[in-house]
Formats: sequence, C-alpha cells, structure tokens
Amino acid sequence: MNLHEYQAKTLLRECGISTPRGIAVVSAEQAGAAADELGGDAWVVKAQIHAGGRGKAGGVRLVRSRQALLEAASDLLGKNLVTYQNAPDGQMVSRLLVEETLEISREIYLSLTVDRESERVVLVASGSGGMEIEEIAKTAPEKILREVCDPLWGLQDFQCRDLAFGLGLEGKQVGAFSALAKGLYRLFIASDLSMVEINPLVVTVDGSLVALDCKIGVDDNALYRRRVLAELRDASQDDPKEAAAREADLNYIALSGTIGCMVNGAGLAMATMDLIKLHGGMPANFLDVGGGATAETVAKAFKIILSDTHVKTILVNIFGGIMRCDIIAEGIITAVKEVGVSVPVVVRLEGTNVDLGRKMLQDSGLSIISADGLTDAAKRAVAAAQ
Amino acid sequence: MSILINQDTKLLCQGFTGKQGTFHSEQAIAYGTKLVGGVTPGKGGQTHLGLPVFNTMRDAVRATAANASVIYVPPAFAADSIMEAADAGIEVIVCITEGIPVLDMLKVKAALQANGAKLIGPNCPGVITPGECKIGIMPGVIHQKGKVGIVSRSGTLTYEAVHQTTQLGLGQSTCVGIGGDPIKGLDFIDCLEMFENDPQTEAIIMVGEIGGNREEAAAEYIRDHVAKPVAAYIAGQTAPKGKRMGHAGAIISGGSGLAADKIRALEAAGAIVAKSPADIGAAIAEAIKRNS
Repeated sequence: MNLHEYQAKTLLRECGISTPRGIAVVSAEQAGAAADELGGDAWVVKAQIHAGGRGKAGGVRLVRSRQALLEAASDLLGKNLVTYQNAPDGQMVSRLLVEETLEISREIYLSLTVDRESERVVLVASGSGGMEIEEIAKTAPEKILREVCDPLWGLQDFQCRDLAFGLGLEGKQVGAFSALAKGLYRLFIASDLSMVEINPLVVTVDGSLVALDCKIGVDDNALYRRRVLAELRDASQDDPKEAAAREADLNYIALSGTIGCMVNGAGLAMATMDLIKLHGGMPANFLDVGGGATAETVAKAFKIILSDTHVKTILVNIFGGIMRCDIIAEGIITAVKEVGVSVPVVVRLEGTNVDLGRKMLQDSGLSIISADGLTDAAKRAVAAAQ
Repeated sequence: MSILINQDTKLLCQGFTGKQGTFHSEQAIAYGTKLVGGVTPGKGGQTHLGLPVFNTMRDAVRATAANASVIYVPPAFAADSIMEAADAGIEVIVCITEGIPVLDMLKVKAALQANGAKLIGPNCPGVITPGECKIGIMPGVIHQKGKVGIVSRSGTLTYEAVHQTTQLGLGQSTCVGIGGDPIKGLDFIDCLEMFENDPQTEAIIMVGEIGGNREEAAAEYIRDHVAKPVAAYIAGQTAPKGKRMGHAGAIISGGSGLAADKIRALEAAGAIVAKSPADIGAAIAEAIKRNS
C-alpha cells in the first residue's frame, strides 16, 4: 500500500526528520490560506497522487505570487494527472501539498528497501539526488552506496558514517545524517514499510538536511498490525476495478486487452495472460480467484471482469486441485445466470472431477464454450474476441 | 530415492485442529503420509483424526520423534511457528501460510541460518514424493511416481507440470513448491543441487516467474553444476511493470525481474524453455531425448 507524500512527510517528522513546512489542502481557497500561514512570497504546489514523475507532468509547480498559487491550485485539483508511471489514465488529484521554498545547495538520494538477494533491509544512497535511482544505476552505478542492515543489530553508527563520508558530507552534517538514517531505519522497522525513498534529501544553503520529497510503501501483509497506517489508504488512487476486487479478496490487475481472464493461482493466471498473447490476443486483466473459490467469488469475479467495457470474451482457466471441478462448474453456471454475461465464455477445466464438471457445463444450456486443454482454450478465446 | 521427504518421513501438523489443518491432514493421511500428530496450543492431550494433539512442538517432537512439520497457522503467527519447529529440531519445515509480513521472514531466515533446518515456503503448495509422502495442499491424484524432479514458485503451475509429465508417463520423483514470496526458504539452486544428486531424478523441470533474479542465478548453477536435462517455464511475459501479480514476489521493479531476461539466461545455460505453459511436458521430453 502506498502513502501520499504529505502522509509520508508526517511520518518523517514524527521520527525527527526535517521536511519543508507545508500544509495539505483540498481546495484553492485552502491553498491560499495555507500560503498565508506559511508566509513568504513563493511556494511549491504539489499534486498528491500515488505515482512518480509528477514534476515532468506539471504536477509540481513553483509559484511566485498568491494569484499564481490560486491558479495552479484550481488548475490541478479535480483533474487526472497523467505521468509516465500511471499513463494512460492518470490518477485523480484531490489534494495538494503547499510548501515553503528552500535554498538548496545539493541533492542526495536515500532509500531503504527489503533486498531479495541479501534477504536484508538495505540502505541505498547516492550523491546524485533528484534523479531516479534506475537512472543513476544506468549512468553512474559507481555513485550508488549500499549498506546492508543486520536484522539483529539494525543500522549501525559506523555504517551511517561510512555513507555520510562517501556522500561527501562534512562537519555537523555527518552526525545529522547518521541521526536521520537511523531514524529512517527505526521508522521502516516499526511501521513495517516495504519501501521508503527520500529523493531528494537536500542540503540547504545553511547546511541542514531536509527531506524535499518522500515516497513510502507499507507491506500489505503487515497492515493487520499497523492499523493507523491502514487508515491512510486512499482507494481513489487505485483502478476502481482493482479496488472492488480487493474488497472481494480477489487479486485483480487491470490491463489493456480484450480477453477477460479468470484463473486460480497467481502463476497460472500470469501464464494464461502469456498464452493469450502467444496466440495473438491481448489479456484484459490478471485475476487470481485463489484456491478456495466459491460460486460467490466466481460471480464477483465475473462482475469485475465485465465492468471493463473493453472485454469481448472471458477465458476461465481452472486447474482443480483440492477444489473440485464440479464445484467450479456450478459456480460458473450460477455466475453466468446471475450476472447476465453477454460475451462468449470459454472454459478450460482440468483436475479433480473434471469429467463431471465438463458435463455440467454442457448440460447447462448456457452458451459456454468448453475447451480441451490450455492451447485450445487460448485459441478459442482469441477467436471469440475477434 | 527422492529428495527431502520419503515413506519414512514422520510429519507433525502445526495448526492441526483448525479448518485448513484438519482438511489437509485428512488428505495427507489418505495419501499414505506418516502423520504422527499435531500441535494446537491449549489443546494438548486431546486426540484429533485419531492422532495425539500437543501444546508445543517440543512436546510433540519428544513424543513422536517427528522430523518434518507442516504449518497451517494464520499469517500473524506463522513466523513464530517456523521458529518453534526449527527450535524443536525439525529438519524439513513446510509453511503453507500466505501473507506473512516480510520483516518477520527476515528474522526467520536469519534464525534458520544458525539452526540448519530446511524451510519450504511460505506461501507455497508444499512438497510431495509421489506414492510415498504428501505434505501440503496439492491434489495427490494427479501425481505419478517417476523420474522428473519439479521445482516451482507457483502452485497451480506446478500442477500443470505434474499433470503433463504424468500424461507423458514420465512421472515425478519429488515436486517442491518453493512459494511466491520474495523472502523464502529453499530456493531453486537448493532444489537443483538435491535433484542433481538424487538417483531417482533423471530430469528437472523448473517453473519460475517474474520478479527478483533467482532464475538467473539458477541458470548459472545449471550451466556449471547440473548434468541432468532441464526444462523450464517462466510466467509473466506479458506482466506490466511495477504491479504485484498476486504473489508478493512477482513484481517487475526498475529494469529487473523481467521474464525475457530469465528465459535468455536459462536458454544460454542449456535448458529448454517452454514458450507456452501447455508445452512444459513436451519441453522436458525433448530435453531428455537430447541428453540421451
């Protein structure tokens, strides 16, 4: 689960990390009041969406008058902001962060993630802040510094000093950086984060370290014990179909093709998408109904798939393991009757009680295309979608 | 022979009296697995499915001399259950539970490094040696004792590989579902090494997916250390970047974790990579033919 920048910065401040003074607002009027409260004669207006690339997309604006601020706020609010990360649809801007401006002398990149290879929390830093880390990795990989955190000891002072000197910090900044890095590590552990990225962390002209931007991702699996963070979810940033699927405990990812997929198991669901592409079609979604699919979840899955108006056919691919194929067939028949499916439905069943399941589909009198095997299913679905 | 488990494996079930634990224990007993009891804290002394229930893994291991355990407890308690099994001296711990917080798994992995127990999973279907011992949620009926070792990150795709090798009459030596989480127990390389050294295993199927670079590491291992024929399938060639495809570990981040890179690495290592999940059986048959 991702947090908004304004939420992430609140968490940073709570663990002693400086951010620019700022106020989150939902209207141009509030933006004006925020500017008055912050004072000064220039502000930064930042669209709050769950995607990177906001700056290049015009979602971050430096304004030098109250009038320009109001215009920027009215311009951004209530519209979808499309960045290279969330194209083509973009995400709704319903909140802005109005911040004071700072005089910056240099920019640093800093992040903490769980590294799959070392199976440790790893702190990554670079003196080339402001750029994306993938970009730095491409252009100047030698400038990327890494510190691996032991799960027993945590991030140590000597590791922070190594990083600080490696980044070219000096004097009081070294100690300040250590305190900041350790604060960030404590936040990461105490909040079950999956990712925190401060980019850039700036050194201001007076020498202080300030988090100018921040992204935070929380481990979805840990939300049960991070109730306060779970409350920060902004479902408006998700695809509405994905949000509905989450409510129904289904794993759904919207894609841009025409063949809706309903599959049990994440691996098989991905393989089904690949199979459709291999036979000349395009999947409309990833959908894993899970191992314990019931007639009810199958019906919900059908509804979500059909709410995508691009879907021209549905491919159901089930390998019945513990779940019997006759139960799945019953679920499909109920769902097709209840939901009123208007597009062709291709069904491939395999596994436990497969003969009974196929017979039930045949006898149902519904226009369900029964496929014989994976390849046949994909070919029939692609043909039906044309 | 086989790897990890066989007819002599003595299994305990953690979360024995729960709904999942009960259902899958019944299935395991019906398959012929030597289930010797289970643990549910607070229900020690009772009998469940005709077997003893213990309060703790220490009690259970003392009483039964079990050497394997399977975990069906909810995610909030699963990491603790893994540690409890390892502490009690269990050699093979199979964790079916999906949704364990990643920071819990970091601690578990660090603890297991010192302990030496083998963990399979979490978020996996389990492990089966057909005809001998079934630990996990896979349907026993599709398996056939035979010569192909299967290691996979995905549950249902393992079933596809099993089904296809059964239909071709090749059968399976042992099938290991290593699970879909980013931080997990046994990895491809651990299983490849065991399969390479197992006399019953004549060929190996490896099923991977997007995310991380363990398939690439496995490809290097195959190139340098595996003489047996290997076929592979990688799921997620059409997956978009930055989206978690069901499994916590199945995500393309930055430029890493792409299916195309994994396929290229495996092909370069001499494995036959099936383009379609329908061709996994055909790919291993071809690999066996080419090697003979």
